[in-house]
Amino acid sequence: MAYKNYIMVCTGTGCESSKAGQLYENLNAELKAAGVEEEAQLVKTGCFGFCEQGPIVKILPDETFYVKVKPEDAKEIVAEHIVKGRPVDRLIYKEPSSDKTPVDTDNIGFYRKQFRIVLRNCAVINPEIIDEYIARDGYGALEKALFEMSPDDVLQEIKDSGLRGRGGAGFPTGTKWGFTKGVEADQKYIVCNADEGDPGAYMDRSVLEGDPHSVLEAMAIAGYTVGASKGFIYIRAEYPLAIDRLNLAIAQAKEYGLLGDNILGTDFSFDIELRLGAGAFVCGEETALLASIEGKRGMPIPRPPFPAVKGLWGKPTVINNVETWANIPVILLKGAKWFNSIGTETSKGTKVFALTGKINNSGLIEVPMGTTLREIIFDIGGGIAGGKPFKAAQTGGPSGGCITPQFLDTPIDYESLMSIGSMMGSGGMIVMDEDDCMIDVTKFYLEFTVDESCGKCAPCRIGGRTCYNILDRISKGKGEVEDLQKLKDIGHAMRKASLCGLGQTAPNPVMSTMKYFEDEYKAHIEDNKCPAGKCKDMLSFSINDNCVGCTACARVCPVSCISGEVKQKHVIDQDKCIKCGQCFTKCKFEAIDRA
Amino acid sequence: MAKLTLDDLRKLRDEKKQAMNQRDAEGKTAQVIIGMGTCGIAAGAKAAFDAFLDEMDKTGVTHATIKQTGCMGLCFSEPTVEVKMEGMPDVVYGNVDEDTARRIVRDHLKNKTLVSDHIFDKPSTDIIKD
Repeated sequence: MAYKNYIMVCTGTGCESSKAGQLYENLNAELKAAGVEEEAQLVKTGCFGFCEQGPIVKILPDETFYVKVKPEDAKEIVAEHIVKGRPVDRLIYKEPSSDKTPVDTDNIGFYRKQFRIVLRNCAVINPEIIDEYIARDGYGALEKALFEMSPDDVLQEIKDSGLRGRGGAGFPTGTKWGFTKGVEADQKYIVCNADEGDPGAYMDRSVLEGDPHSVLEAMAIAGYTVGASKGFIYIRAEYPLAIDRLNLAIAQAKEYGLLGDNILGTDFSFDIELRLGAGAFVCGEETALLASIEGKRGMPIPRPPFPAVKGLWGKPTVINNVETWANIPVILLKGAKWFNSIGTETSKGTKVFALTGKINNSGLIEVPMGTTLREIIFDIGGGIAGGKPFKAAQTGGPSGGCITPQFLDTPIDYESLMSIGSMMGSGGMIVMDEDDCMIDVTKFYLEFTVDESCGKCAPCRIGGRTCYNILDRISKGKGEVEDLQKLKDIGHAMRKASLCGLGQTAPNPVMSTMKYFEDEYKAHIEDNKCPAGKCKDMLSFSINDNCVGCTACARVCPVSCISGEVKQKHVIDQDKCIKCGQCFTKCKFEAIDRA
Repeated sequence: MAKLTLDDLRKLRDEKKQAMNQRDAEGKTAQVIIGMGTCGIAAGAKAAFDAFLDEMDKTGVTHATIKQTGCMGLCFSEPTVEVKMEGMPDVVYGNVDEDTARRIVRDHLKNKTLVSDHIFDKPSTDIIKD
């Protein structure tokens, strides 16, 4: 008997952390208690993308979109919606701009401009059940490759599609596969790079949690194409849910004979194993990643030879990022022509971004290449939180740079991002407003790369640290005019001389912010001021005559440095003040000056 | 489950596709909306609902979604069912028992003819022009 309703509950890491697991259990119990477990099917899904509003519950087929659902709401949802067919109005998502309920999910502003290829199955299927993946044409691309196409045909299709690596640099995927295919070897390998380490990025995790089979299927297709029988997924141990779901998916695929020996009765055999990384940023660099799989310390080696020719244990190895893999089955099923009709001249298909920072709708989005930053931030992202002006968006993580308001209408693709000093990267996008200090942000990224540098080569190890020290000085008001030139010189040296991508791109945030926010650097160095009011050492708080003596500031001060009688003007002890700004945010009378 | 052959995989896909299809509202050109207020349920709307699902399964009707709604206000003709379909007028059927539900699937959804003896009304949107 078919079900009348389907209750889709997001169980991605984001929603899990706000008790989606408990909500799922409660819904299950309530369905049983109401005796309707035969009428409504409860489905665990991957990430809906709209993480800001999680936990999310979507009821099908009527497309009711419930947001911020708490475990205790389960009873009402079952009693009202499932039993009586009356949606629970207070939980339904309403558009902030109009306060209206959109008729269906596609009409929600957050989803309207999105186009989901990579995330096609996320939030649609239960990732823990292989049958649901199969029902969505899953393993159909593998079937097509094995029974209707030669390895050369597959390779040509991938080349024709124009797909480029989604790991950051954007190397053409078909060309990469072609290198490996062209080498004679007794053993070749397929590797999935799931070492997602960029601050603020989580698209690979969401794909693996929401649709693990798409990656397995794609890797098997690559194995068939280049003549490899073994694949590895290198994933960081910090992603336990993704690891669980991958393990489950691999076991199910093996049981069905979709992985393992003689797949679907053909003479093609392919197996996949997981390798857990300890979560080092440098292990996202391909040669370091391969070293780590081999059991060595994750340090890069000079290229060429490239892994495509000489990779894992010296054998030809295709290594692609999770998001790249997730595109492959769709390309084979729908054809290269369909795929490259989406996107721009040089960048085909879509890109997934993890939209975070000072934005109203933070979450996971997928847009066609060529979508502008303005559309992403203001249409999908719903604008800047608190209505403040947009200052910059950081893309590409520590390897990228900032996009400023003047570039809001630049179509986003590999080339145009590169031309404005940023990069696609793996897809973290952090939005900043006027309260963010660019020196502070840059310092954060450099601190990250300095921490994560493997230390093998001097330009990265010493250059990164020196740049960090200079930035630190500037942020403490001890910068000198010559520092700017020094930063530029070191940055250029690092770009040219570092061994791997980590060191080569580490100066990017510095270079980019120096180019677009030179005034801010100068304000720090010459005027000893932080325009955003973020750098503590340049701040001082004092109380002016607006003070009515309400004592709110004194009560909130963590170091008790504010004194004064009730209804009398208060005073801040400058020696004790730690410049936390608590008093500034608490005061209702604009009586505290920040300078 | 043993290892699949190509035929097994295709068969499994077709089977599961049909089950998944009922979740999806995309590509659906018809909507069946069943009044499931207290009055509707008391008059047998649940049985009609089951009959709709079952008959659609049997006759291979995949272009329609079935949704439930609250009381439509026509308590005296419950179970009430509204059918909206492309190329057909919107229709409200009254007194829809199991048999009628099956007829609606076969005649209205599949063969595009109205089940005339159960038509209650055309919805007011047809009458009131905005």
